[in-house]
Amino acid sequence: MKWNQLSGHRRKDMMWSLLFVTPPVLGFLIFGLAPLLTSFGLSFMSWDMLTPAEFIGLDNFSKMLDDEKFYKSLFNTLVLLVGIPLGMICALTLAVMMNRSLKGISIFRTIYYIPVISPIMALSLLWQWMLNYDYGIINEFIWKIFGVQGPNWLGDPNWVKPSFILMGLWSGVGGTMVLYLAGLQAISSTYYEAAEVDGATRWHQFKHITLPLLSPIHFFVVVMGVIGTFQSFSQMYIMAVDGGPEYSGATIVFYIFQEAFRYFNMGYASSVAWVLGIIIFIVTLIQFRFSKRWVYQD
Amino acid sequence: MALKRRLTNLFIYILLLAGSVIMLGPLAWTISTSLKSQKNVFDIPPKWIPDPATWSNYQDVWAKAPLLFGFLNSTIIVVTVLTIGIFISTMAAYAFSKFDFPFKEGLFLALLGTMMIPYSVVMIPQYIGFSEVGWVDTLLPLIVPGLFGNIVTIFFFRQFMQGSIPSELIDAAKIDGASYFRTFLTVAIPIAKPAIAAQAALGFMGIWNDFLGPLIYLHTPEKQTIQVLIASMQSSYISTSNYPALMAASIIALIPVVIVFFMAQRYFIESMAISGIKG
Repeated sequence: MKWNQLSGHRRKDMMWSLLFVTPPVLGFLIFGLAPLLTSFGLSFMSWDMLTPAEFIGLDNFSKMLDDEKFYKSLFNTLVLLVGIPLGMICALTLAVMMNRSLKGISIFRTIYYIPVISPIMALSLLWQWMLNYDYGIINEFIWKIFGVQGPNWLGDPNWVKPSFILMGLWSGVGGTMVLYLAGLQAISSTYYEAAEVDGATRWHQFKHITLPLLSPIHFFVVVMGVIGTFQSFSQMYIMAVDGGPEYSGATIVFYIFQEAFRYFNMGYASSVAWVLGIIIFIVTLIQFRFSKRWVYQD
Repeated sequence: MALKRRLTNLFIYILLLAGSVIMLGPLAWTISTSLKSQKNVFDIPPKWIPDPATWSNYQDVWAKAPLLFGFLNSTIIVVTVLTIGIFISTMAAYAFSKFDFPFKEGLFLALLGTMMIPYSVVMIPQYIGFSEVGWVDTLLPLIVPGLFGNIVTIFFFRQFMQGSIPSELIDAAKIDGASYFRTFLTVAIPIAKPAIAAQAALGFMGIWNDFLGPLIYLHTPEKQTIQVLIASMQSSYISTSNYPALMAASIIALIPVVIVFFMAQRYFIESMAISGIKG
């Protein structure tokens, strides 16, 4: 249909609609697309924001390949991904337990959800205190129950990442649980009734009905979890000073932050950020490709 | 059978209760620590009930750091971004959900694409840009981008409006002579209220708890948000080992979100669930 053939009313509606979507589109251009392109350009430059920027080709990327801190922060970030399946198991277990009409169940739901809404800054300070080697309440419990001295959580390079995973489990389980709970409530009871008639055990029902029917939620949780973990920063910034012992607590975003806002290596930091962006993009793409094999669609 | 069910329920209650202790224990420990004096905090074995209990940590923290400024700055950012940003988002969602216009699909896809860009990629050019216009160490870099609407919010509203605003209603308003903007105000907004409340609750949490953005831009203590201010207390106002003061500060930062959460609990959990399934 040609523009001038439209009725006056419809043309007016179109004009207004375009006007209504203009702010977010402008926002996208100014705060999304423009920085994205600038960042791409910067990744081929050397710039400290004081002296003029200098084009250096691929030097930033070859520097990255020689930089031990880059590898360490990438490795640390990958290790933290372990928290995702652990969190899913805990959240699903909780959701299954809560998916019944029990008195006071909504109180439990609220309690498990409180850390999800709490500022990560406050949670980091509190975990830092709980994980204290000498006086922390966690090592106190380990001593009481097992009679051994607990690990030096945030002081031992081997225990820094488990500390973050533990904290992430505690603070994130409520959010995932709510998603699973909604998924469980959406499953029609006829599936279970039919299975019951066929004599399927509870475990079989769970394995062959519940788990597959929840696959869209598994998928959502994994995709969002991977994206979120790759971008984790705040708890590391607060709990692992300067990246922690032997840089064992630094994530890739922490590394970018340090390079950009401590040393003002704007070009180099941009190139690392682009590598991170590409990693996230590829990993997400792979997950969507594979999702057709295991995510159930009705 | 009934007995078996009751036993299962009892068992589940006990498990959930044990889980609740693990969830609430750290928070209780924070409160307990914040009420202890510095000389009792390293007592072995640790006491859960502080004896003697004292409020002095709260007074100390409040006196030493400009926490009132922190609250004020966080509130300014939250209120402006939420009121203007959400209104802009509802407008865009209304157009996207109920009308046809040129480039509609392309524009929407472009906006969705921004969700794929990690913040760490755009934060450096954004910082450079904002420092060019002299906005570093002001609240503007944290407010202005939010005023243009948020794609996640737009997406959420669009899904909601597609299902719940009947096109007949819009047509009827039009026949009555209402303008496009008036129809939006009087037909769309009232229907979208539950969705708006859900997004406001979620948005409050996201902006209030934000850390990386404020950390990059705000350097003067009086200009910092409550999160950055308290995180920096560790080094600038109190010694690292003054855990009672640090825990008191954490509680102060926690209180507003917990209050908002209990007031708008329903919206929080529902919108989490909805956006999770549809997203």
